[in-house]
Parts: sequence; C-alpha cells; structure tokens
Amino acid sequence: MELVYALVIGALTASGVYLLLRARTFPVVVGLTLLSYGVNLFLFSTGRLATGKQPIIGTAESYADPLPQALVLTAIVIGFAMTAFVVVMSLRNLADNEDDHVDGKQPYKSPAPEQEDEEVTGK
Amino acid sequence: MSLPLVVFLPFLGAIAAPLFALGGRTAIAIASSVPALIALAALFPHWETLANGGTVLQSWEWLPAIGISFSFRLDGLSLLFALLILIIGVLIILYARYYLKPAENIGKFYALLLCFKGSMLGIVLSSNLLLMMIFWELTSLTSFLLISFWNHKQDARRGARMALAVTGGGGLALLAGILIIGNIVGSFELDDVLAAGDVIKAHAMYPVALTLVLLGAFTKSAQFPFHFWLPHAMQAPTPVSAYLHSATMVKAGIFLMARLYPALAGTEQWFYMVSFTGMATLLIGAYVAMFKHDLKGLLAHSTVSHLGLITLLFGMGTELAAVAAVFHVINHATFKASLFMAAGIIDHETGTRDMRRINGLWRYMPHTATLAMVAASSMAGVPLLNGFLSKEMFFAESLQLNLPGIWAWLPPIVATLAGIFAVAYSARFIHDVFFNGKPVNLPIYPPHEPPRYMKIPVEILVFACIMVGMFPAVSVGPLLYAAAHATLGGEVPDYQLAVIHGFNLPLIMSFAAFFGGLIMYSQRQKFFDFHARFKEIDEKAVFEAIVLRIVDLANGFTARIENGSLQRYGMLLVVSVLAVAAMPLLDLGIFIGETGLSPVDWPTAIAAGVLIICALLTAAVHRQRFYALVVLSVVGLIVALAFARFSAPDLAMTQLSVEVVTIVLLMLALYYMPGWTPVETPLKRRFRDIAIAGIAGIGMTLVTLAMLTQPFSSISDFFLENSKPGGGGTNVVNVILVDFRGFDTLGEITVLAIAALGIYALLKNTPLTPPPSDGEGHAWSRDAYPLMLRLIARPLLPLSLMVSAFIFLRGHNLPGGGFIAGLITSIALILQYIASGLNWTQDRIPFKYHNVIGLGLLFATIAGAASLAFGYPFLTSTFGYITWPVVGKFEVASALVFDLGVYLTVIGATLLALVTIGRISPHSAIKSKREGA
Repeated sequence: MELVYALVIGALTASGVYLLLRARTFPVVVGLTLLSYGVNLFLFSTGRLATGKQPIIGTAESYADPLPQALVLTAIVIGFAMTAFVVVMSLRNLADNEDDHVDGKQPYKSPAPEQEDEEVTGK
Repeated sequence: MSLPLVVFLPFLGAIAAPLFALGGRTAIAIASSVPALIALAALFPHWETLANGGTVLQSWEWLPAIGISFSFRLDGLSLLFALLILIIGVLIILYARYYLKPAENIGKFYALLLCFKGSMLGIVLSSNLLLMMIFWELTSLTSFLLISFWNHKQDARRGARMALAVTGGGGLALLAGILIIGNIVGSFELDDVLAAGDVIKAHAMYPVALTLVLLGAFTKSAQFPFHFWLPHAMQAPTPVSAYLHSATMVKAGIFLMARLYPALAGTEQWFYMVSFTGMATLLIGAYVAMFKHDLKGLLAHSTVSHLGLITLLFGMGTELAAVAAVFHVINHATFKASLFMAAGIIDHETGTRDMRRINGLWRYMPHTATLAMVAASSMAGVPLLNGFLSKEMFFAESLQLNLPGIWAWLPPIVATLAGIFAVAYSARFIHDVFFNGKPVNLPIYPPHEPPRYMKIPVEILVFACIMVGMFPAVSVGPLLYAAAHATLGGEVPDYQLAVIHGFNLPLIMSFAAFFGGLIMYSQRQKFFDFHARFKEIDEKAVFEAIVLRIVDLANGFTARIENGSLQRYGMLLVVSVLAVAAMPLLDLGIFIGETGLSPVDWPTAIAAGVLIICALLTAAVHRQRFYALVVLSVVGLIVALAFARFSAPDLAMTQLSVEVVTIVLLMLALYYMPGWTPVETPLKRRFRDIAIAGIAGIGMTLVTLAMLTQPFSSISDFFLENSKPGGGGTNVVNVILVDFRGFDTLGEITVLAIAALGIYALLKNTPLTPPPSDGEGHAWSRDAYPLMLRLIARPLLPLSLMVSAFIFLRGHNLPGGGFIAGLITSIALILQYIASGLNWTQDRIPFKYHNVIGLGLLFATIAGAASLAFGYPFLTSTFGYITWPVVGKFEVASALVFDLGVYLTVIGATLLALVTIGRISPHSAIKSKREGA
C-alpha cells in the first residue's frame, strides 16, 4: 500500500513540476494545482495510512492521527485561494501585456528558438 | 549608576543640541560642555579606589541568555581614556565654536560630536565585550558622519566611505574574535575574560581569535596596511581631525590591545603580529609625513606613525614597554590635538593648508606660532617636553628585545630612523610654516591671530605638554600608575618618571635622532627629489577601484542569476530544492523502513493507477488546455476518494467541494485565455525539464516511502483524549480547527479573505477581451444559459442550502463544519450564476461579498474575544474547561460562533473571487468594442 501511495505522490510531483516549468501561465497554474495535490497527500500521510479509523470519537476502536488532517483541511482551502490568486495574476498579466508568457511582455515574437531561450524577458 | 550616566549623558546632549543651536554658537558650545562636566564630576569620587588599582563595577542584566549584560567597569586604564575623551572633548567644543562659521549646521555638528563622545566613552567603560562592540560600531558610524560633515565635497564623501569600509570591516572581524573568546571563556564579562588569559592562550582557537581581534584593532588604529583611511579622513573639519582622528577614536584600537593585554598578550604570535605591524606603521608613517605638503596630511601621517609606535610598544610584550605605551597615549593625545588645532587656526586665518604657500607666519601670528612650535618640539621628542619622555622609554625598550642574532639590531635602528624622520617633519612644520621667507599667494592676506578664545584649548594642551615634560612624577604619575596597573592586570614594574636618567644609550639615540633629523631637514631638497622619482600610490584610487571591481563582480553575478525570466527562476528554485533535499536522501540508503509494506487491495490499486495515468496525462496534453482541465478534475476527484479511503472523511468532503470550485475557476479563466499553448520551448529544454520533473517525482516517491515505513509517535493522543471532555465535540478534526488550534484557523481565514480582496483589487477596472473563438475556430455558443440547467438549478438552491446547514451544525461531532458547509453553499450559489447569468443572480443577492467576508472575520474574532470576558486567553484552549465544567458547556456555543465566522468567510471569499473574474467580460468587452468603433 505504501509503495502505491508513494508512487501516486511521485507522479503528481513529477507532472506538477514539469508543468510548473512551462513558459505559459495556464500550464503553470495547472502544475501548481497538481503539485498541491501531491503536497496535501504527503502531509496527510505523515499521520500514516489508516483504514476505517476515522478520528470521530466513538466510531472506531483506534483512531487515525487527526492533526495532519486538520492541517491538510485548511491547506486545501488555502490552496484554492492561492490558485485563484495566481489565476487572477495571470489574467492581469494577459490584460496588461497581451500575452500569457510567464516572463511578462515578450519584446518580439522571435523566429529563432535559440534566441527565445530564457533571456527574453519583460524588462 | 554613575558610569551609565557618564556614557549616556552625551547622547541626551546630542538630542538637545539642535535646540540650543537656535541660540547661536556660544549657547550650543556651553550646552554641549555640560555632559562632560557632569561626567567628570561623576568620575571624581571613584579616584580613591582606582588609584590603588581597584575597579568599579556597575551592572544590570540585559539578555543573559546570550551573554549580553548592561555592565560598566571603571579602572585606571578606562579612567585614563575617559579623561582624555572628556577633557579634550570640552576643549574641542570650545575650539569648534570659533572654527565653524555661523552659517554652518552647527546643531548637527555638535549632536554628532556628542554622539561620538558617548560612543567612545561606552567603549572604554563597557565591561561586557558585546556591549563594547555596540559602542565600537557606533564610533565608526559617527566618525563616518563627521568626516562627511561637509558632504557637498566629493573628497569628504569618499574619505568617509573609505573610513567606514575599513573600520567597519575591521569591526566585523573584531566581533567574530570576541565571539570566539566569549565561547572559550564562557562569558563576555571583562573580569572573567581577563582572568582566563591562560585558558585562552592555550586554546586551539587562540590564533584565530587573536588574528580577528587584532584586525579590528589595526583597522581602527590605522595600522599598516590599513593605515590609508586615516589621511583621507582629514577631509573632516579640523576639530574632528583633532578629536577623533588623533586623540581618541584612533586610539580605540590601542585601547583594545591594552584592555585585552592580560588575556591575549605574551605569546609568540602576539609578539610577531603586533610588533612587526607597529614597526612597519611607525616607519612608513614617519617617512611619508615628511613629503606631505598639506599641513593636515603631515599631521595625519605623523599620527599613523605614532600609533605604530604605541602598537610596537605593546607588541614587545615586556611590562615596561606596556607602561611606556600607555604613557605615550597621553603624550601623543596632548601634543597632536594641539598641533591639529594650530593647523586649523592657520587654515582658518590663511585659507590654505599648503606648506609651499604658508611661510613666515611668525610675523603675523607669533602667539599661535609659539604654541605650535612647543607642541611640534614635543612631537619631535625635544627634552623637557612630554614627547621626549615616552620616546626615551621607547628607545630604551627597543634595546631590550630578544631577537635572534643580527635581528636584534632591527628594533633600535628602526626606532632611531623613525626618530630622525619625526624630527625632520617636526622641523619642517616649524620652519616651513613660521619662517622660511614670506607667504606665497595666500587666499587670505594678511593673516592675523585668531579670536582669543580659540587659542585657549591649544594653550591648555601645550601647558600640559610642558608640565608633564618637566614634572612627570607630580603631574601624571598617579594616573599613569593606575592605568598601567589596570593594563598589566597586576603588579607594575619599577619605572622612573624622571627627565634625565643619566647618560645612556637611549639618550644617545635621542641625540642621534635629533641631529640626524635636523640634517635631514636641511638637506630636504635632495630627499624630495629622491622621493619624487617614485610614482606615488593614490590609495583612494586603488581603494575605489577595488570597490568598483567588487560591485562589478556582484552585478555580473546578479545578472547571471537574475535575468528577469520567471521561468528560469522557477527552474533554479526547483533544482536547488532538489540539490538540498538529495543530500540527506542519498545518505539514507534504504528506503523501506522497519514497519515494511502493507498489502494492497484491488480497488485502491486501480484508483491509484487511474490517478497516476491522469496526472501524467495532464502534463502530456497540457497544450490542449481544455482537455488538460478535464483530466485534472479526474485527478482531484480521486484525491478526494483517497482521503475517504484512508479514514479522513472531512478531508474527502473538503477536497470534493474545493475541486468543483477550482474547476469552475479554471474554466472561467480559460474563457479569457488562449485555448491552447503554443510550442515554444526548444526540445532541449523540454527534455531538461522532464529530467528535473522525473528526479523530483522519484525523490518524492522515495521520501514518502521512507517516511511511511517508519514507526512513529504522534502528539495527537492529547487531542483525541481531550476532544470530547475539553472541546465538547467528537469530530476531533473539527475540534482541532475551531478550538485547539483556533488561532491558526483565524489566521487562515484571514489569508483567505486577503486573497479574495487581492483578487478584487487586481482585476478592478482591468480591460480584458475574451477571444472571439475557442482557439480552434469554433465560435462561442449563443445559447448562454441553457433552459434545462436553469430549471433544475433553482429548486436545487434551497435544498443545497439545507444540506450545508446540516453539515455545518453537525460539524462538531460528525464530518462537516464551517469550511465544508461554506464550500457547499458557495457551490450552490455558483450554480445559480452559471445557470442564470451574472446579472440575474446578482440582482437577487441583496448583499455584497466584501461584507460577508468582514462579517465572517468579525464573528470569528468575537467568538475568540468572548473567552477574554470570562478571564481566559484569546480563543481559550481546552485546559480551562476541564476544571470549569459550566464554562465548558458554554464553549460549545462559542466554538459554533467561531465556525460560523469560518463559514461566512469561506463563502464571501470564494464568491468574491469567482464573481470578480466572471464580471470582467461584459464591461470590458463593451468598452473595448466602443474603443474599437
């Protein structure tokens, strides 16, 4: 079980990080969302994986660790707030720069891919 | 109480000084003298104790945990320095009254001067080394401000910067040295440190500590090779040069060596570092002084040379040498301060300091000339003046050094040579300025005597030179004894304070120096020609070049790292996180811990498989944004299932509702954004990112695996046990949120509120036109609000509101609570917006979401503050309720109010964010259409 769970977190992290490194705002937002799934699952699992032990007094003989759960619950909500904020920042970027590149306004739509590599910024 | 008073009175005076400046120069000069006079009166009663080698200690606790205390200590050595600072300080205040012009910012000048005086007194009176360090840095800062007092001059600014860079840098080294010493001794109190001298010297870190402390002392006291800042500090007004840069501040390094003499001196390292540095400084300063045409330049290099002499004396390591060093501190302060003041008078009356132009002043200002000639003779070491006495002791000590073989000749030769130079430049000061023909092209002509009172400070100092020179035992004997006693930390060797000790080798050296110097001066043209053959090194240019070079390097480095590309920063961030995390991970070796793996059931495995595939698919199809979103929502749903599977019903419900809201949010955003991502990154980069992402994924897998297979213990037993009796609820997660960790939750909903308001602010009046088609050429559907959806959505609203009320109310005991209920309500309302349109829905909602957020935070805060009314801390924890069952019952209600606050904030924040985004389109679309037309 632990191996499967770990693989899930690994896949979420890998996809999240890859998208995080993209050049356009929307994939970055999606990447952040994936990454926060992974982080939430990871934090949750610091209380270990328990089956049928929901931390509600009187419903089970032993209980799963409630502390990471409380932590992750607020993390999910805050994560939403963060996603919304990042989305709005990218919308604002789009409105101000007429472009959705993470580096802001592109000075030119360059034909040469070598030139476009990283250095092109919104200075 | 008297010692802190001495230190802090000048600072109080500094605050008051600008007020007195309104009363004119005389008023402020009188007012500024008051702190020093009070301080002298406060120190006087302690003399009895100090004269017999005692110490006065006054201390208060400050930060005992890190060894800083507010402690002051007075002994003979600190008394000597305190007297120099206070007495010369008063003379300088009087002198500056006439030196400064009425139009200048005298308030600032006196305030800074007093700040400096307080800091300097702090250095000499602090008992705690860290406290001393604070004052040490303060003197560097005030010196910087005073050098740049005429900050319209570029040279003044540069000189000030150089002084600050050198002394400040040395200060850092000193701090490090002090920390090491404190670590060795286990205390920063001076008494402890001085008593632990043998421990320190035997410690392995002693060489490092000594080097660092000496760096601090050498930079402050302008020792070679750090001496260059002092001549450039001469851009300061002359009272500052006389006070800071000859009499007091540059002696702080000397003071430090004297202060720590019992703790650090007496080793080979001390001997070689201190004496050779002193010797080099002595010689270089004296040599260069001879060739300076600037009056103050000559005096500055002479100061460097004399500081080197004192350092050399301390370096010799014999007790008599230390006595001589302390003695020379007094003598140098008196004759050099008076010489600087005389130079200032000459500058003031002639308008220049160039000795090639100032000649024959004897005729115009005989009074000043007499004073300056006596002081300069003392500097040269003429008998019957104080400079002669300590120089004689210096010559005697230079003969005592036990250097091997021929090297034993080095110190006396260097000493005599420096003596020759000193006589030569002193002779130049006298002959060139006051005789040697007529003045050449003076800016102010004819020069005349300065105001009567401007000469009084000089007279007092010159009188002191003569008194000490003729009756040393009476005038300075007791003070010198007390200071020497404190410096050596014990018995003082026998020494004779007599004018003539008989006809011996030191006296011969004195005569040799005297006549050698006169001969050298008479033949000066040859030496000038010789010196002119060498290109003079402009230290300022070198220094500035080095600084510029460092700045360039830093800029280049910054430009490399920070090129303005967020994409690149993201990559660097991830890579550095990986690098930091990889090191402990590689050390781990085995990733499956003691508890091993538990079996997998098929449904879980399949769900996990789907999740993994969808996560990877999201990345794979991310260029088609809509499809990516669909796949992403599958991932989010399975995450919710995972929470449910692993005993976290609250999380499952939260994740599910957040997932819905998130997807709605991203869909809304996608409406404005291009529907697809262009291929723009080069293939090379994509492979690089895949590698980075792969490493991150594998790393997280291994970390998770390693963590999950370790046995663990949790602090949660407390929460599980006290949830029902203390918090009054059986849903432990909810009780943690609203009760145990209620303050955290309050913070989190505040963040939520700020994010929503930030979104509102960011998008206010932002024009944004949605693209006319979906990117593949399909126009948007005209059927804005589908009938079926509209019809189903409306009756759903009361139903879902009821569900959310139910979830809210049961939250304390069963899965649910404010967060989840708030999200459900939000979704119910969002559905109305989607089904019936923004305007239709908005018209029927009678409140603003800003107010909902505010109300929510208000509820939460009131619920927290309510416990204050019952005498418990804000958002009281459970502990109180166990002993107070009646109040415990009340807490159920109070927690519910808090949860209501959470509920309202979540609704307000979620809807404000989404409605703000949804609202962009109509207005701006119309607006941009109008603009287009």
